[in-house]
Amino acid sequence: MTKFIPIIIFTIMLPIFFVGLSRNKSELPSPLIGKTIPSFSLPSLLDPSITIDQKSINGKFVLFNVWATWCVGCREEHKFLMDLSQRKEITIIGLNWRDNRADALNWLVNLGNPYEISIEDKMGRTAIDWGVYGAPETFLINSNGIIIHKHLGPLSEEDWNGDFKPLIMAKQR
Amino acid sequence: MIPEIGQFALIIALCLTFCLGCFAFLGAHKDNPEYMALVSPLTHAQFIFVVVAFFCLAYSFLVDDFSVLYVANNSHSELPTLFKFSAVWGAHEGSLLLWILILTIWMVLVANFSKALPRPFISRVLGVLGVLNFGFLLFTLMTSNPFERIYPAPFNGSDLNPLLQDIGLAIHPPILYMGYVGFAVAYAFAVAVMLSGKLDQRWARWTRPWTTAAWLFLTIGIALGSWWAYYELGWGGWWFWDPVENASFMPWLIGTALIHSLAVTEKRGLFKSWTLLLAISAFSLSLLGTFLVRSGILISVHAFATDPARGIFILMLLCIVIGGALVLYALRAPSIDESVGFNALSRETFLLLNNVLLVIAATLILLGTLFPLVLEVFNGSKISIGPPWFELAMIVPMIPLILLISLGMNTFWVEQSTHDLRRKLQIPFVLSILLGLIIPFYFYGKVTLLLAVGSISAIWIMLSSILPLIKKCQSSSGRKSLNRSIFGMTLAHFGLGCFVFGVTIVSAFNIESDQRLSPGESIFVAGYQYQLRDLKNIKGPNYEAVEAEIDIYKDGNFLTQLRPQKRTYRVQKSPMTEAGIVAGWNRDLFVALGEDLGDGSWSIRIQYKPMIRWIWFGCFIMAMGGLIAITDKRYRRTKSLT
Repeated sequence: MTKFIPIIIFTIMLPIFFVGLSRNKSELPSPLIGKTIPSFSLPSLLDPSITIDQKSINGKFVLFNVWATWCVGCREEHKFLMDLSQRKEITIIGLNWRDNRADALNWLVNLGNPYEISIEDKMGRTAIDWGVYGAPETFLINSNGIIIHKHLGPLSEEDWNGDFKPLIMAKQR
Repeated sequence: MIPEIGQFALIIALCLTFCLGCFAFLGAHKDNPEYMALVSPLTHAQFIFVVVAFFCLAYSFLVDDFSVLYVANNSHSELPTLFKFSAVWGAHEGSLLLWILILTIWMVLVANFSKALPRPFISRVLGVLGVLNFGFLLFTLMTSNPFERIYPAPFNGSDLNPLLQDIGLAIHPPILYMGYVGFAVAYAFAVAVMLSGKLDQRWARWTRPWTTAAWLFLTIGIALGSWWAYYELGWGGWWFWDPVENASFMPWLIGTALIHSLAVTEKRGLFKSWTLLLAISAFSLSLLGTFLVRSGILISVHAFATDPARGIFILMLLCIVIGGALVLYALRAPSIDESVGFNALSRETFLLLNNVLLVIAATLILLGTLFPLVLEVFNGSKISIGPPWFELAMIVPMIPLILLISLGMNTFWVEQSTHDLRRKLQIPFVLSILLGLIIPFYFYGKVTLLLAVGSISAIWIMLSSILPLIKKCQSSSGRKSLNRSIFGMTLAHFGLGCFVFGVTIVSAFNIESDQRLSPGESIFVAGYQYQLRDLKNIKGPNYEAVEAEIDIYKDGNFLTQLRPQKRTYRVQKSPMTEAGIVAGWNRDLFVALGEDLGDGSWSIRIQYKPMIRWIWFGCFIMAMGGLIAITDKRYRRTKSLT
């Protein structure tokens, strides 16, 4: 009977890994906080003939969300992003990261499109400039184009009310 | 064209490993010599195709073929040639290819050095390794193809991560992987013997050199990683309990336990099931290492952001490889193997205790590494377990282990008289207490409890590890029985003593000091005078840097000049600290540039690290011990012993 102990322990550990895969968040300080957003020039996800650069972000508070269809955490936060975009509290810009264009468009059609602007970063080069660790990741950018907050992992209502909203209120006053 | 050849070679290798698995298992099962005769040629063939694929990728890097996505993501035309080559394994896809290449190298070695072993057995071993390689090749081709093209090709690449642009990291992964993947051989031997069902002492003798070989590569790999982190990360630490480091340390601990338990199985025919379980665990933990790094389950300084689809695939692979072997273990491991007894005071007892303590240490580290993950799964909160946990988890099992090493090495198999043991160890014991107290007090002027325990046990291991050698040399019959196994054992344990000594002294007497310096100013740290002479802007091949010139004086005499740098890599824009280090056998002086504080002054971190070289030197000695042990004559008998 004792010989079955190893396989039993392994069987118990396995689900933890499976769940661990779908949750991937961490508090990591970003060196970019307080800095101007890195410059970029990338095609729009919806129409690749249009090029989008950092100037389209200037002038207002913006939520810059890094996502991908292969990312389980992005699916989790998608519903909240939809709510947020319907409440029209802030402009959301989506950076589709290292993804397949067809899959990404499919996602936006089927699940809804919370993004005012969608950018495609197929190579992940812009994401490196932004110091992206993994998807999903969300940056809060103020009206001067400065990153004031970074959130790792799926964004929720609590995160929004607790971390993001106070920052926006403080700066607008 | 070349990348397509590479991809095609991988596909052929995949087919060959499939055939290898089929012929190996069918041949062994039906005892068909014609099938089994195909095993060795198929092993060599798949190796050749993997080599072709690997060099196709290397070629794409060397000629800056940015139409290959992986090259575009990890190289740049200004990257120095050496780093273009090492960039091959700079990210996920390529390091997976390296993993596969190394697995095939081990397979070819097994095929060539095991001709004397029974045919069906060695067929099964190569069959297991072939199936394993099939899994990883499939993983590469399906989720992580390094040859994927990108259209239109970018004008230039996005450059290799600056952290990886270093000679230490260029050679670190291949050696570490030799160790990780080497445990696959021990795993395959275990699975093969469980399939055939004939576990005897010969099996342990066949398995031993392979396990020791994997272990020695892992030892060097870990030491190199630690050395790299020391001078490249710019903090002056040598071990960070980072999940990636833990991932390499756990198989090392279990591998060490396996080496000792194999010794008991070979010499005495005991601990058979336990040995099998350790062989499976060592490789499972190696895979878990790969898995933890690649899936992004645990984020660390080394993490490469990758997507979970790969994680799921790896998880399935883990399920089959680990779960399969454990099920086989539950069904086929010998149930009653302890027909021969041993005395309470005997080498068997000490090796059993060694195993228990090593496994406890590995388990505690595993818990500490996975605990944040477990907690997150259950209540969604994120918690991090830092070095305090790991340091405690190391010290508790390691202190008894270190004390027991000397006893184990100096006792006989089966039975040992207490009186004899006491007589043998009296002098070294008294000597190590004296030296362990005097050395720190005389050279550093202070003794604390933990320091005393560390330095006494370090000297205790060093002295008692050479004792068996001295005893043998005293009699002529003893001199005749001297062999490389004994030399290897002595050397490996002596190396451990050096390592423990280095760790003890550097953690007790390390001096760190953060200073603000303007050009011309100087400062005293730990008896050395550091003078900042000048700051210069310099240009490297693919970076710009601020370089400080710092003169070091000891007692008013000029010692040397250090030139630490703060680099900014042009493409990735990330800052990197290049520390300036004066190395010495008894101390390192470490200077790193911090921040520009404006007004012309800089924050500078100065560290005095006594005996730190002993840490890596000790690891190197340990590995050399392993190397000598595997060249022992009894492993090279070509005649089959049936």
